Amino acid sequence: MRNAMLKSALPLVLLIAGATSALAEGSEADFKVAYAAAEAAHKEAGTLRNQWTTTAATLAAAKKSADAGEFDQATASAKEARALAKASIFQATSEKERWKDMEIR
Amino acid sequence: MRLRSAIHLASAALALALLTFAAPAVIAADTVDPVADAKAFKKFFTDKFPKVKLEDFVNGPYSMNEDMYKQWEEKEQFPPYEFSLEMGKEMFSRPFKNGKRFEDCFPNKGIGIRQNYPYFDEKEGKVITLELALNRCREANGEPPFSYVRDEMAALTAYMAFTSRGKPFDIKIPNDPRALEAYQNGKEYFYTRRGQLNFSCATCHVQSPGERIRAEVLAPALGILNAMPIYRSEWSGMGTTSRRFTTCNSQIRGVPLTPQDDEYRNVEYYLSYVSNGLPISGPGARP
Amino acid sequence: MASTIRVRATTSGETTEVQALIQHPMDSGFVKDAKGEIIPPHFIQQLTFEYDGKPVFSADWGGGVSKDPYVKFAFKGGKKGDDLKVSWVDNKGATDTTTAKIQ
Repeated sequence: MRNAMLKSALPLVLLIAGATSALAEGSEADFKVAYAAAEAAHKEAGTLRNQWTTTAATLAAAKKSADAGEFDQATASAKEARALAKASIFQATSEKERWKDMEIR
Repeated sequence: MRLRSAIHLASAALALALLTFAAPAVIAADTVDPVADAKAFKKFFTDKFPKVKLEDFVNGPYSMNEDMYKQWEEKEQFPPYEFSLEMGKEMFSRPFKNGKRFEDCFPNKGIGIRQNYPYFDEKEGKVITLELALNRCREANGEPPFSYVRDEMAALTAYMAFTSRGKPFDIKIPNDPRALEAYQNGKEYFYTRRGQLNFSCATCHVQSPGERIRAEVLAPALGILNAMPIYRSEWSGMGTTSRRFTTCNSQIRGVPLTPQDDEYRNVEYYLSYVSNGLPISGPGARP
Repeated sequence: MASTIRVRATTSGETTEVQALIQHPMDSGFVKDAKGEIIPPHFIQQLTFEYDGKPVFSADWGGGVSKDPYVKFAFKGGKKGDDLKVSWVDNKGATDTTTAKIQ
């Protein structure tokens, strides 16, 4: 009875193992895409001379998570970094005109 | 986790706020008028603080608060910057390896000239600050440049400022469109909000002088560079203008630029110009 | 080597006010350098001001006192032209001393 069960469990185990590794690979690919997008946005903010320290810190945290194999966390951080970088770009662009509101005249 | 959501919220709120409160009016094509700017700048602060004499604005937070003024008076009796000042004097007169000295690079042997910096160099087409000039002098004489944010540069500029104590800021904008552009860029930098905290220099030093940011009393922008370099208790030492600019940036969560980048040179130019007439009080002591 | 102690003492006849600025790193031993290594403790442990052979002010300091400490105090008595002696000893056994005339 046990032998039969083990025999049928093996393909199931292999299937699960295969599925999990496929998921993990997907996470790493997701991370790479998210990180590249975040980095590009941060670089663009750099050309506008307006990078945020929190963007840099979040990018670093994303990389650290990825190095530890925690791809879900890493992807989340990378997406957050991109949001921060995008906000910094928005700030730099809109401030090109908005600064005049603050000017002493 | 709460911090993360807060950041998302803040970024979204920022975007929303900027969209909602977008400036409706068209600001007339500005002709750059530094003379009018300086006049308006001084009027703004003297109106805001009618009890403060114009020349006292150079004492920053100490002129904003009676309690702090008493502390400042006492501090001036035995100022904490004496050691740095002495070091600066010694460094200034020490010859380079090639036998030349700093005095060979500057008018009047470098004595009593701080109030003329920054100036616009028409040959180069850029603003030259005192810190930059000092390092160029070193490099021209085969010496390595000093860091713009460390003790040596602070000590040197402290000594040069000391020899100019009492002299009014005398910044010139030559009749050159590039100089006007540098001035205008400096002005723009000063009022532009940056960093995740969305502060401009003006947020603290125009909108909130005399008020507190955490435990510190904020200085007014008028006369703010007159006391540079400053011995800050927070730094336990003397710090340069470059150090102040870069740390202000990082404090509002903006990645600082490189010291003596164009933006910093230009904002120093602008801030110095609008404080023309106010006396050099450097080196200064600050909390 | 120049003295690490700057001192000024002024008497009103009844009391003498003393101010001193002392050059010393006053490292607490809790701060790390840029490499992440602890900067070893290096601070003044004893500070004494003497007038007429007797201590008029003495301090037992630890790492909590900041760099280049400033001291201000007043003591009864003190005549113009008399000596005021200042000396310190730090945790490494180094010392410095200076004598100033009361103004």
